[in-house]
Amino acid sequence: MASVEPLPQPALELPPRRRGRRSSLRSWRRGDRVIFVAAWSVGVALCVIAGAIVIYLGVEGLRYLDPKLLVTSPSPSVDQATSGGFLDPIVGTVTLAVLGTLIATPIAVSAAVWVVEYGRPRWLAVAVETAIEMIAGTPDIVIAIFGLALFQLGIFAPLSFRSSGGGVYGRSFLATGFMVSLLAMPLTYTATRNALQAVPRHLREASYALGKTRIATIRRVLLPSVRAEMSTGATLGMGRIIGTTAIVVLLLGASLQTSPQGNVPLLGFLRGTGTTLTGYVFANSPSGEGNAPQKAYAAAFVLMILVLVLNAAVERISRIAGANTVQAGRLAR
Amino acid sequence: MSNNGTMLIDPIVIERKSVTAPGFPGLAAATSPERMRLDEVTVFYDGVPAVRGASLAIHQGEVLALIGPSGCGKTTLLRTLNRLTELTPNARQGGRVTLDGEDILEIEDTALRTRVAMVFQQPNPFPMSIFDNVAFALREQARRRPRRRELGPLVQHALERAGLWAEVADKLDTPALRLSGGQQQRLCIARAIASGPEILLMDEPCSALDPRSTSVIEELIHSLREDLAIVIVTHNLQQARRVADRVAFMYLGDLVELGSTQQIFEAPRESATSEYIAGAFG
Repeated sequence: MASVEPLPQPALELPPRRRGRRSSLRSWRRGDRVIFVAAWSVGVALCVIAGAIVIYLGVEGLRYLDPKLLVTSPSPSVDQATSGGFLDPIVGTVTLAVLGTLIATPIAVSAAVWVVEYGRPRWLAVAVETAIEMIAGTPDIVIAIFGLALFQLGIFAPLSFRSSGGGVYGRSFLATGFMVSLLAMPLTYTATRNALQAVPRHLREASYALGKTRIATIRRVLLPSVRAEMSTGATLGMGRIIGTTAIVVLLLGASLQTSPQGNVPLLGFLRGTGTTLTGYVFANSPSGEGNAPQKAYAAAFVLMILVLVLNAAVERISRIAGANTVQAGRLAR
Repeated sequence: MSNNGTMLIDPIVIERKSVTAPGFPGLAAATSPERMRLDEVTVFYDGVPAVRGASLAIHQGEVLALIGPSGCGKTTLLRTLNRLTELTPNARQGGRVTLDGEDILEIEDTALRTRVAMVFQQPNPFPMSIFDNVAFALREQARRRPRRRELGPLVQHALERAGLWAEVADKLDTPALRLSGGQQQRLCIARAIASGPEILLMDEPCSALDPRSTSVIEELIHSLREDLAIVIVTHNLQQARRVADRVAFMYLGDLVELGSTQQIFEAPRESATSEYIAGAFG
């Protein structure tokens, strides 16, 4: 484009920041005033509660947290000085988070794509929606019991192991991974579905108008468009997995140490049992069998740090992935 | 209101000569061959007719403008040409559209749409880099994706024809959504012409743009028509007058009148056309 020579600009003084007169709170309708005050108080209260949890756990956790605890395995002992740390629970938490997310994300994204982009026959789409809503509303403990019943079936023996009596044990990282994926799936599904529904129609049509098929449009245009929301949903799902206790206590074997099955390196580990940080906190809390509150505090502190890091990651991912999406483009303009 | 398709097609070839003006190089080929033909095309949405029996021909190297008030069916008519109407579940279509004599229903939709490309009202770059946007249509759905080295010259050529190359040559890898609105629309044109279409459909391509970007795109239309037939829907009568060789006026789903730009604007045959042109309604 041709450039136009700019006119010479006289220097302008930056005016001071000023604000004109605004309406006073007293002149508002009563309803508006109530909502205004309520919104402020609820917002502040939430911050105070969140801050209180972080500070309390921080103080208690740091008091008992010894770096050695992070790198030593738990060992059975009545004496707290020799009962070890929580290396195994940390490994367990990370393993389950990765495993559950790896299982949940492809299923959730495929379901969302199918419901939004195909969605025929209509009744099937409605059924899928309802099923996912039901999964989202199912309490952890119900999912745990169902999982236990399911994975003790003979055909699922490869996921855990058969005891000498012939019964299937049904508890392992793999079995737990499948069940915790149910916690993450609705979050990823909802995030992806909402994002796909928000993609303007003309973007799809632009791709069709270039001679692309529907599936090519989904892969090359739609999924890249919703990357930010998709990863936010998956990360939130990961947070749900990290936070679950019931499924871990029932399905992961309730052993504080990881105990692999067989000699195959990774598979053996996944077929074996173990625990997570939440399971460890539960076991060491006054209601668990360990009853070592100091260790529970320290582990809870680590758990909280993990969740906070994950939340920060959500923020970052959605910002980076979102920088190149339609919505961001609209904002930038 | 007459809807006389057969009458409209033949005189045009003769009239095209009369519009020939300096700066309109595309018109030199006044006897250019017919590429697309619409025969009694009707489109219904939910049983309500949106286009009623439109017939017209589109010639190589011309710019045909569809004008008319909102809701008159001009965008719908445009969308029948690359079968985008099929994507609207409640749309039904009658009549026949041919491309080089072949019924477009017989052509695979993906093949048809690489030959009949389209630019939309809203600039709609994909959420990817400038390069990938233009290369999008070139990357066949084959098992092997062509390498960037092979696509580079084609992408550059398309961007040059769209008049965008000078502005983006050094930032091909930045996200396309960072471009300004006018640049985005020219990118969409580059994307549409990259695979070498024969017909270019433009659905109010300038209505979301400022006057400066509009004039850049109008110049672009002039230069593109040398090797394409362009069908452009526009609300802007002045724009139709500036860019089109022929103009079709539509009203309430009917193709009321089709003629050379000069004839439509200076001596419309139908009263509805003259009222619309004079600004009596819109």
